[in-house]
Amino acid sequence: MSTKPSRAGARVIPIQPLAQSAGAEARTVSLYEKQKKIYPRSVHGWFARWRWAMVWATQILFYGLPWLPWNGRQAVLFDLTARRFYIFDLVLYPQDFIYLTGLLILSAYALFFFTAVAGRLWCGYACPQTVYTEIFLWVEKRIEGDRGVRMKLDAGPWDANKIWRKTAKHAAWLAIGLWTGFTFVGYFTPIQELWQSSFTLSFGPWEWFWVNFYGLTTYGNAGFLREQVCKYMCPYARFQSAMFDRDTMIVSYDAARGDPRGTRARNTDLAQAKLGHCIDCGLCVQVCPVGIDIRDGLQYECIACTACIDACDGVMDKMKYPRGLIRYATQNGLTQKLNRSQMLRRTLRPRVLIYGAVLLSIAAAFVGSLTLRQPLKVDVVRDRSTLSRLVERGHIENVYRLQLMNATERTQHYRIAVRGLPGISVKSGLHDTPAGSGAHDRRAASDADDPRVAGIEVPPAQARWVTVQVHVPPEAAQAAGPGAHPIRFQVTPQGGSTPVVEKSTFVVPR
Amino acid sequence: MSDFINNGWSVYVAVVTVASLLFCLLLLIIAARRRVMATDNTTGHVWDEDLRELNNPLPRWWMWLFVITVAFAAIYLAFYPGLGSRQGSLGWSSVGQHTEEQAKARATAAPVFAAFAAMPVHQLARNPKAMAIGERLFANNCATCHGSDARGGKSFPNLTDKDWLWGGTPERIKETIANGRNGMMPPIAAAVGSAQDVRNVANYVLSLSGSPHDGIAASQGKAKFAVCAGCHGAEGKGNPALGAPNLADNVWLHGWGEDAVIAMVTKGRTNVMPAHAARFTPEEIHVLAAYVWGLSNPITAGP
Repeated sequence: MSTKPSRAGARVIPIQPLAQSAGAEARTVSLYEKQKKIYPRSVHGWFARWRWAMVWATQILFYGLPWLPWNGRQAVLFDLTARRFYIFDLVLYPQDFIYLTGLLILSAYALFFFTAVAGRLWCGYACPQTVYTEIFLWVEKRIEGDRGVRMKLDAGPWDANKIWRKTAKHAAWLAIGLWTGFTFVGYFTPIQELWQSSFTLSFGPWEWFWVNFYGLTTYGNAGFLREQVCKYMCPYARFQSAMFDRDTMIVSYDAARGDPRGTRARNTDLAQAKLGHCIDCGLCVQVCPVGIDIRDGLQYECIACTACIDACDGVMDKMKYPRGLIRYATQNGLTQKLNRSQMLRRTLRPRVLIYGAVLLSIAAAFVGSLTLRQPLKVDVVRDRSTLSRLVERGHIENVYRLQLMNATERTQHYRIAVRGLPGISVKSGLHDTPAGSGAHDRRAASDADDPRVAGIEVPPAQARWVTVQVHVPPEAAQAAGPGAHPIRFQVTPQGGSTPVVEKSTFVVPR
Repeated sequence: MSDFINNGWSVYVAVVTVASLLFCLLLLIIAARRRVMATDNTTGHVWDEDLRELNNPLPRWWMWLFVITVAFAAIYLAFYPGLGSRQGSLGWSSVGQHTEEQAKARATAAPVFAAFAAMPVHQLARNPKAMAIGERLFANNCATCHGSDARGGKSFPNLTDKDWLWGGTPERIKETIANGRNGMMPPIAAAVGSAQDVRNVANYVLSLSGSPHDGIAASQGKAKFAVCAGCHGAEGKGNPALGAPNLADNVWLHGWGEDAVIAMVTKGRTNVMPAHAARFTPEEIHVLAAYVWGLSNPITAGP
């Protein structure tokens, strides 16, 4: 890190030699300042292509996914009203919230891991803030022109040219924003229907709100707030520095090679002119979307977008100097003059290995749990008012309500069995009543001879409450004695897949 | 507002709220004032030899966000409750919102229930949609006592058999749900006679249903049963008009056997079904009655 301020008054890094402040003059300042608008110059190069590849990848995914059909419905649909979350073949219930937790933990560890290896990769390439800013900047450049033209346009008078260019730009931005909002809502409302109702503008009140809220937020964040979101609002931006160490690959300026800086003719003898490779053209500052000078060293504002690397490489090519005056390098690498492979070898340090191991094991557990997941959930609620009752032939009866949640998209037949006491049996449904869909509650024919089993039908992606009566013969009840005895309900989907087992208790009265 | 013992507290809360808001504004004004500082961007304060406070100015729009929150608070307090016991000009209250939502839900359900109300009970009991609603009503309101499967328990009648204390016609069921029932068995041992007489009557009662009993005691108790016959009928078949149970069947709501019957005769018993007219609309009672009626009147052939 260079501690030498490069250009007087341009930017102040929060570490300064003590000597400088001594005898400094006083002036009046404000604790608030009007934000200076940043005009990033557009940039081409190897890293810019990567950044655009990420823009395409993330945006094709985001804008395209809701339109993908699957099993006769939308492939990814979060139906909040019905509380069902469809992700390809998965049908998730609110009870599956743990998977969201898992996903968030995975994301957190992935962030730790990638940050420890190569700094703010997320910020530079994949963060929606960066991605949408990139898109909006592109629109801005197409309509208003590149940095210099834009600055001149903003400084100039409001003539016809300026008015129409500004109008066109904001119209395009708003269109992108609203389309983004529309797509976002399309994850929660079937997007085909939403598209149909957009012609007649017949959205529901919440659809209106979210399309506009998300749309205007995109417009505001990517069009106006831009780097200020990263600098002042984003918590990740700040805590990512906790994952940095001196072996983290960061976008750095090789001061040893670049300094002393200065302009020169193309074929100047550097040794004679006492100059480094930096020609001080300032392009790295002009392309920077957060408006910093990377030559001042690592700064919290840097989102590692690598625009400065591309800009500088272009200059180096023109000057016929080797590339990489600004490059991904570690702080140790720069001070100890390590080469690339030496720096990369230091990637395998304990911090990275631990982050990686945790990330891998959580990912494995996540995938494993999703693959082994039973598409059936059972809740057992026993009747509390009447704990138990005596019925025909001295049998003891307990009543339970079972909630069967079908997490498949086919009608399922479940067999309810009960275990835990000798001779225990289960009967579902009230009896031959027309109540509810009681007609389905008769035992499945194949199980008619097994008193421990009752058959239930549950429609696709639906949950159903079933009242069941559990009987224990008098001998068994006597042998077990009065009190609560553990029993297990075993619900098996027809077709022989593994049963779901839920615990409950059976009460024998005194 | 009953939260406050006297109006003084309300004023106190209002004053604290307004003062806090004004303090926030004052703080903003002080912080936004320009001040003298060293050109090296430090405030001139030094701690622990070399720790110096830097001035990295906040963006100005950030300050406006603070101002907006204060403005929001003021507008909110004008419209909504918050300033002590002041109601706010919109007159909003959580109770009011709840009532409003209830009314809205009722209005949504009204056409559904209106259609059901037009159908007679025996027809409604064959309607799966009505019965799904009935099942939920039952589970939420009746199952607490009668059980999720409606088969009751000790002192809570089984609703799935054909034995009705107060009659099993749809009209009688509706009456029971709406107005409740108060089944009263008086302590009648004194009228029966001696303890031996009570035991004899109990054995006679047991003999009516063919339960195990002492035949001699039963024959001796038969004459004394005249005391009981006033309500339970000469043959002990009960009287639904009075809620007097049928003693000749094998349903023993409050316990079976000589001891239980003797206890009943000696101590009497009051068994209450609470009235639900205030909890349900007549249409809901109609659906619920159909559900309960359907429990003991299953489909005989096809829907």
